[in-house]
Amino acid sequence: MGQKVVCECGHSNPEGTILCEACGNPLREEMTKPILTMRYEGGALRSQTYKRTIVDKIWNYFSSVKVGVALIILILIAMAIGTILPQDNAIPSDDPATYYPEHYGRFGKLYVMLGFDHLYRSWWWIILLGLLGLSLIVASIDRFIPLYRGLKHQRVTRHERYLKRQRLFGITQTENPDDIIEKAKKVLKDKHYKIREENGNVFAEKGRFSRWGAYVNHFGIIIVLIGGILRFVPGMYLNEGFWIPEGEQLAIPGTQGQYYLTNHKFILETYDKNNKKYKEALERVGGNVAKNFQSNVTLYKVTGDAVIGEKPQLKKVKDFNIRVNHPLVFDHYRLYQSDFQSELYKMHFSLVNKKSGKSLGDFTVNLDQPKETYTLGHGYKVILEQYLPDFYFNKKGEPDTKTNLPNNPAFVFKMISPEHPDGEVSFVAIRTNIEPLGTNDYKIAFKSLDTRYVSGISVRKDLTIPIVFIGAIIFLIGLIQGMYWNHRRIWIQRKNGELWVAALANKHWNSIKKDLKELAEKTGLNEPIDQLEQKVFEKERGIPT
Amino acid sequence: MNALELSRNFLLAAFFLYVAGAIVFTISVTGKKSGKATGGRLGRVGFVITLIGFLAQVAYFFSRWQADGHIPVSNLFEFTTFFSMMLILGFMIIFLIYKNNSIGIVTLPIAVIIIAYASVFPTEVEPLIPALKSNWLKIHVTTVACGEGILSLSFMAGLVYLIRAVDQTKRSAKTFWLEAVMFVMICTIGFAAIGGVFKAQNYEVNFNWVNEKGQNAVLTYHLPAIVGPHDGQKVNGQEATFGPLFKAPSWMNGKDAPEKLNTVIWSVLAGLVIYALLRLVLLGRRISWALNKIMRGVSLPLMDEISYRAVAIGFPVFTLGGLVFAAIWAQEAWGRFWGWDPKEVWALITFFFYAAYLHFRLSRGWEGEKAAWLSVIGFVIIMFNLIFVNLVIAGLHSYA
Repeated sequence: MGQKVVCECGHSNPEGTILCEACGNPLREEMTKPILTMRYEGGALRSQTYKRTIVDKIWNYFSSVKVGVALIILILIAMAIGTILPQDNAIPSDDPATYYPEHYGRFGKLYVMLGFDHLYRSWWWIILLGLLGLSLIVASIDRFIPLYRGLKHQRVTRHERYLKRQRLFGITQTENPDDIIEKAKKVLKDKHYKIREENGNVFAEKGRFSRWGAYVNHFGIIIVLIGGILRFVPGMYLNEGFWIPEGEQLAIPGTQGQYYLTNHKFILETYDKNNKKYKEALERVGGNVAKNFQSNVTLYKVTGDAVIGEKPQLKKVKDFNIRVNHPLVFDHYRLYQSDFQSELYKMHFSLVNKKSGKSLGDFTVNLDQPKETYTLGHGYKVILEQYLPDFYFNKKGEPDTKTNLPNNPAFVFKMISPEHPDGEVSFVAIRTNIEPLGTNDYKIAFKSLDTRYVSGISVRKDLTIPIVFIGAIIFLIGLIQGMYWNHRRIWIQRKNGELWVAALANKHWNSIKKDLKELAEKTGLNEPIDQLEQKVFEKERGIPT
Repeated sequence: MNALELSRNFLLAAFFLYVAGAIVFTISVTGKKSGKATGGRLGRVGFVITLIGFLAQVAYFFSRWQADGHIPVSNLFEFTTFFSMMLILGFMIIFLIYKNNSIGIVTLPIAVIIIAYASVFPTEVEPLIPALKSNWLKIHVTTVACGEGILSLSFMAGLVYLIRAVDQTKRSAKTFWLEAVMFVMICTIGFAAIGGVFKAQNYEVNFNWVNEKGQNAVLTYHLPAIVGPHDGQKVNGQEATFGPLFKAPSWMNGKDAPEKLNTVIWSVLAGLVIYALLRLVLLGRRISWALNKIMRGVSLPLMDEISYRAVAIGFPVFTLGGLVFAAIWAQEAWGRFWGWDPKEVWALITFFFYAAYLHFRLSRGWEGEKAAWLSVIGFVIIMFNLIFVNLVIAGLHSYA
């Protein structure tokens, strides 16, 4: 490192020091103002001292608060623009490139082009956050070291120029300084100042730890950012979802087949419209207001080794009612009640003789797992030839199924009767009954329909939570440490038969002024003058300084 | 009297006590001729009145809780009243630290305006939807409101600073923007006034429209429709009622956005009328000019420190409530602690903004007037998140 700067008091300071670490003597007069700038104790910031190599230049760039604040403002503006239109995960389309221009015109096109539709996954967003993190680290180190040195090396006796040029300064003429100093020590001790003495001079200090607050909270933010990065590490974060109908048991996705869930029942409750308390509000809103969404489930864990193709051995873990705000928690996983729908479950039919209108027996088709043959007795039988759970006409004009979900079930039945042992064919769909091979003697009549609920459950695992949480706590501690306390220093020094009092607070000057007022009242010292306020006062009244 | 009526009376009492407090604080500052001691005594009287008003509002809060069956912070009326309560709380804390009367001149009238503003929204007791049924409703919402209340106090002190510091003898960009701030506040009064008038008459006009979720619904206006819903038709039998003069743009996606836009237009119109009348009374001079005359005796460095102190106290509280508690609840309810929902994003913007404020101040020495302007922008961001995010942008927080 560079050369040392030795002060007249004998202390050796690092190169670039503005105010001597020990006595406060201004070493670089050209860099000080009439009232000393006490930021970082006038220590040597690396960024202000070394400006030669490329490393220096990069360091200096990121250590600048100007750059840091510029980054904050860029991030802030980007986020604000990002809320003008919905993000791509909130649009009812998988194709942002066409959706945005279609709905929002030229602005929408530009929005997608610049990546605002997926702002928080865009490369330039990640770079902005990275730069902010870098700026936080560099700026903190750049300032912490000189501040720490300055506060550690400070001596009780301060240089004359240092005292005179503090914002709060006063001189008292007195016959018996010893008496005043003794009284002052007591007053300050009662106010919980730490007192040091040297050659009859007094230095009182309070709340130094609050100076570290900024560095503690920056450290917390860096931990939060690290937590955010860790999310991209495989295995740290899981975001899945699945639909599970009432009465079914399914493997929970994302758990490597280790856990199974049975959904016994989904419960949807709404507020009673005649509820006295809420009647007015419910009438104004109109329609139902949901009171509770709940899935009653049982969680199972697989025991032993699973053999492919065989149903694994399950051990019950627990019964639970998953509600909104009350997820089922197990082994780092959380299951959330996130959605529900109602699906067709069973259809009830009867076989009818068209001529007599007489029913020859009823049967029920389970739409989830339909049976093939329905025996009605007396030689009557219905065979399910083809089942189309989500019926539509495909491009060729043939009946087909869109999905495996029973959204619009259709059936091709073969009706076996004593008259027609080879069977008659009937095509049945909702509100449709077609006889494709001529006129039949029998028909399938629709009787009724059962529905059931399907719970939408999301599965989450996020191992970054503890890291982010600890980061947030550290941040808050640092913030409170720095914001709710302040660092106050008072020097009382003997100079040529006078008593000089100088005082310095890193912020909230009003508090230290109150302390000084009390000090003056109880000791007979003159209350120090606020030289800054004095200047404002003089400026306002046109008094030249 | 049941709990609901009781709560209404308490709120009304708080309202009038704040009005009285505002008057006392104003006299305590303007009546300086009678000496500093009188100002101090009057200030104490003003503080006691404010304290009683605050206690009345606390009584409102708990009786309303009784009536609701849950903590009364779940819709716009309840949240906004709670916010005004936190504003008063913040004011009392600052008063106890600094014993300064000038802040009261600005804070109490604003609290009054906010209560009036809140009362225009539906005030019936509403049931909680499942997403809000959590203890975090209590913790998160109250802490956020508290933090925002204290941060708003920074704006109040900053505003006093600007009223006192900006030179009103000649026109400048500063006088223009300061006057703009005054105008916006007058629009809020206009909103409360016009809303109150039509609410008293039970004015209503209904539209059939397609709402933000793409469903057919009926949208009720409580003010005459200047702007109608996009693709909306008045329901049968109401064709003869006034308006709409034009339609809301389709990109406004918030809950019942056209109706809210209509309200904003009415507020601006009413604000213009009141503003014009005030200028007339002041013989054409700016409102900030008149206030500048009142605030002559205010100490600028003190206002600057109070403004900063409010940020110093409020910023950690806001971070705790608006980001940390918010994240914990989001994890509990939605399975992710952060999801870039517009309300979340604007809370983060608020956070970043005040972080920038602190850095400007601590590292770049932005004190006094610059810091005061920043505190005005900060308040605008808070209000934007409270009101406009629900108006324009659809998101998970669009409860009211």
